[in-house]
Amino acid sequence: MTKTFQGRVIVPGTAKAEALVSHGGFNTLASYQMALMFGDKEVKCGDQNNPDLYHKSMFRKALCLPETIGSTTGGMVLYSACALDKQPACMLFSKTIDSLAASGAILAANWTEANMPVVDELGQEFLDYVKDGMMITIAEDGLVTVEG
Amino acid sequence: MAKVMKTLVMYGDTFHADRLVPITSDYGHTVISFGIGAMQPVYELYDELLKAGAVSTQQFSADPRPLDKNVPSNPLQDLVFKIMYKEQERYEKQLRQFGIINDEAYTCTNYLPEVGNTPKKGDILSWAESSAVVFANSVLGARCNRNSGIIELMGSIAGLVPEFGFLTDDGRKADYIVEIKTRRKPEAQLLGSAIGMHVMEKVPYVVGLDQWIGDELNDDAIAYLKDFGAATASNGSVGLYHIENLTPEAKESGRSLLREDAKVYVVDDAELERVKESYPVIWKNKDAKPKLCFMGCPHMTLKQLKDWTVRIEALLKTSGRKRVAIPTVFTASPGVMKEFAKTEYAKRLKETGVIVSYICPLMYMNNPLCKIMPVITSSNKLRTYTSARYYTEDEIALKITGLA
Repeated sequence: MTKTFQGRVIVPGTAKAEALVSHGGFNTLASYQMALMFGDKEVKCGDQNNPDLYHKSMFRKALCLPETIGSTTGGMVLYSACALDKQPACMLFSKTIDSLAASGAILAANWTEANMPVVDELGQEFLDYVKDGMMITIAEDGLVTVEG
Repeated sequence: MAKVMKTLVMYGDTFHADRLVPITSDYGHTVISFGIGAMQPVYELYDELLKAGAVSTQQFSADPRPLDKNVPSNPLQDLVFKIMYKEQERYEKQLRQFGIINDEAYTCTNYLPEVGNTPKKGDILSWAESSAVVFANSVLGARCNRNSGIIELMGSIAGLVPEFGFLTDDGRKADYIVEIKTRRKPEAQLLGSAIGMHVMEKVPYVVGLDQWIGDELNDDAIAYLKDFGAATASNGSVGLYHIENLTPEAKESGRSLLREDAKVYVVDDAELERVKESYPVIWKNKDAKPKLCFMGCPHMTLKQLKDWTVRIEALLKTSGRKRVAIPTVFTASPGVMKEFAKTEYAKRLKETGVIVSYICPLMYMNNPLCKIMPVITSSNKLRTYTSARYYTEDEIALKITGLA
């Protein structure tokens, strides 16, 4: 079964990747700090407060989330993840993107070579529908196709 | 410089900002205070900016330093610290080039009078550090978005920030009314956590808290709101809260700050207990005896250091001990530490065995050899980002004095 969702493009690009879904706020610092610090190739999520993602690999996944939360180092961490080629394949927000995630995504788009399309405002229905492992395709115009 | 402006414009466009507006505060504040190997791309980017002559148009403070030899650590942990923070010297040099205020301007409580980076009501800021931003917005009535590290420095370099969110009157309206219905004064860090987890990035208008912390922004209320705000910002992503009859905008405008469709969240003792019980304990041995206690994330105020001195002395008297039962570190800004050192309390606290440090406990706990240690804290921010286990201040007081 295939379903499509139209979002708003924050960072343009295309991607195809498996979904990894966080139903709660994604804490960028808590999720990435250990993986970046110790060069974890799988980039496993280190956020003990996120039962959806804790210990799961985030590397090259289509990260589906409502928003990011937590420390204002979040954008810097996301920028560093991109600069070190440890970023997710794309980030898909059900809500309007928050200022920290936007900072990280925009810094990465302007100051690194990383390709990490970012789409927001996909709606709660998107987050209710998408499950871990489903195949996600993003088009340039922010159309997100979910298969599975 | 053009690339800096492009980044700021894109940032503003994302949030439908119509324009960039000048920063009006005397000082900036950056969240990045650590020279950590894993963040190499940040220092490379900063080298690029410095090479292009893009320095800050205003002086700024920075978050706390990651290392202090006064904080207990063993030789192996020291070795890991040395490797982890190998870029510290390089980074501090970069900060000096960009325009950090001075060598003591490293703290997350830059807004306290002893530090001196205290914006005025209505000032436009380019700050990052979630606990400082939420304090500046809520308690001081300044205007700052929850900027990220790097972006905040780019704002200070340009002298401009995009006008959206908390910089606008509409962005400062409350989305939630939070009713406090507890039978005793709620623990600041626990209440902040509950509200942060519930409202996430929204603006809460809190009613009923003034009955517990008063209607005046005195030293006790400021310390309470500092800790409360840090928990709302780290356990959720709150950037502004209003406390009825207490914080400046709530005092001025009252419930007219509430949006028409504001939702209601009731916090009672059972709700606080539920939240506390929901915290995962990730210690390998959940019954392990704590090896270290950190208090002061965010950094403690002068009044907190004095109050805790008295409290520990009294409890040690009860327990029949002369010194704390668990190695304990109180953290505060260099400015507060300097003022505290001038008081009689400093000697008394030292005699209890408590160490006072300017360190960032979070940076200490990032060391994997520290992470595996059973560390306790009353900070919900530290709990969120590390393996430190949360206890209320009352519980901590009993534990460190050997009464529990």
